[in-house]
Amino acid sequence: MRNVMTLLVAVAAGGLAQPAAAADAQYARSLAATCFACHGTDGRSVGGVPPSLAGQNRDYLLKQMQEFRDGKRPATIMHQHAKGYTDEQLNLIAAYFAAVLPGPAASAPAVK
Amino acid sequence: MSSSRISRREFIKWTAAGAGATAMSGCASMGGSAGRVVVVGGGYGGATAAKFIKLWAPDIDVTLVEPNQHFISCPISNLVLGGNAQMGDITFSYEGLRSRGIRVVRDSAVAIDAEKRQVRLAGGDSLGYDRAIVSPGIEFMFDQIPALKSTDGQNRILHAWKAGAQTVALRNQLVAMRDGGVYVLQIPMAPYRCPPGPYERVCQVADYLKKTKPKSKITVLDSNPDIMSKKGLFLAAWNGLYKDMIDYRPNSEIADVDIKGMTVKLQFDNVKGDVINVVPAQRAADVAVKSGLVTANNRWCGVDWTSCESTAVKGVHVLGDATLSASAMPKSGSMANQHAKVCAAAVVALLKGQPVNADTMMMNTCYSFVSGDSAMHVASVHRYDTAQKSILPVKGSGGVSSAASSAEAAYAWGWARNIWAEALT
Repeated sequence: MRNVMTLLVAVAAGGLAQPAAAADAQYARSLAATCFACHGTDGRSVGGVPPSLAGQNRDYLLKQMQEFRDGKRPATIMHQHAKGYTDEQLNLIAAYFAAVLPGPAASAPAVK
Repeated sequence: MSSSRISRREFIKWTAAGAGATAMSGCASMGGSAGRVVVVGGGYGGATAAKFIKLWAPDIDVTLVEPNQHFISCPISNLVLGGNAQMGDITFSYEGLRSRGIRVVRDSAVAIDAEKRQVRLAGGDSLGYDRAIVSPGIEFMFDQIPALKSTDGQNRILHAWKAGAQTVALRNQLVAMRDGGVYVLQIPMAPYRCPPGPYERVCQVADYLKKTKPKSKITVLDSNPDIMSKKGLFLAAWNGLYKDMIDYRPNSEIADVDIKGMTVKLQFDNVKGDVINVVPAQRAADVAVKSGLVTANNRWCGVDWTSCESTAVKGVHVLGDATLSASAMPKSGSMANQHAKVCAAAVVALLKGQPVNADTMMMNTCYSFVSGDSAMHVASVHRYDTAQKSILPVKGSGGVSSAASSAEAAYAWGWARNIWAEALT
């Protein structure tokens, strides 16, 4: 009986937690999506610069963005972008790209 | 259910891997559609929105309506005028979107019937939708310049402000111009598509003339009181690389063109040129007007910036240059790309009965080439403000390059290749 109760509580908790987790995931995805234009969809760059972010270490990505923001790492443009996001947002962005499978993007198809 | 114990990171990993797996499998499933989306216009806004709806929700049917066979990019097209890029560099196929499972229909949308939830096409068909996305781009207000009301006038005095045949034709006019000739560029009053674009064009034409016809000059007739974007960086190029070539005249609104006499008529002055390039004032394209989407000054479409849904017509979203721009938001391909992803996320959420994210973020990056191998940028970050019901620049963010450089030219090409891939693969 006790086990059944535990299970029911777990199911109820799961049922409530899922939409919140999904909303969090979608928020993180929307934040990361602002970076895609330059760094490629899901952080998979077509190659060269700007670099791929997909599958990079989360702490490394966060540290770079914070150092750009704080002027500790020189940049042409990244310091101006990084200053637009809160620490919480930078965290979510770093986690998103760290969780994506790495690999180059295909280039836009030429006309045959 | 153990999902409550899955960490946020694992959850994201799981959803990201899921999205990847479905993308790998190619076409959408035939049954069990989660809704029908029709996207009007396959430019930076529309193509990107179509791609991301399919990427994020493969069970949604997506149709993209675009009259042109190929995607031709306005960004980088000034380099074609300068001889620093070719049309092939900026022309792409829609096959990548087709292979993703998006139906690409080559036709023009005439209007949207929001009552019937149908998009009416010039070819006669109608496409039903649950959500429509209109990314129609701009139309030129030729009626403000008498000589440009006729097709003949428009074919002789070019704008080249939509990349394609006009880009090739203007390049040909520049190639045919004599050494010692004058290239005249007339710029419309803001807002217009691509704020730094006219000044980049001046640099590209100057680069070409300096190399091949060094006695030639450029006259810039700007309707605006000053250079509208990256002023210091453009002036550095004009006073440095192109010293004594460029005559910049602010507050020079156009009244008409004497095509026979090759003269731009201003209110109090006439300016002769060997090549005259007039960029007329712009508004949202006809399909937006006919669909009742235009809300501001008979020109632009108001939207809710958390979803890009029209403020005038429910169930219809508007993207890109046709929108009434928020504060400090440029009409740019970069911005249209950001509109597209905000819209795609909202459309997927709405069709699946999920909440729409209200903490909207957008980021803009516009590079301009001052020569063939040197570029600079303007950047900004924007966040939705619930009190003002608008999206506003984040204080302290954004800015311009300290100077144009070859490093930024490499970044600019990288930006272009990635944003093209983002829209079209």
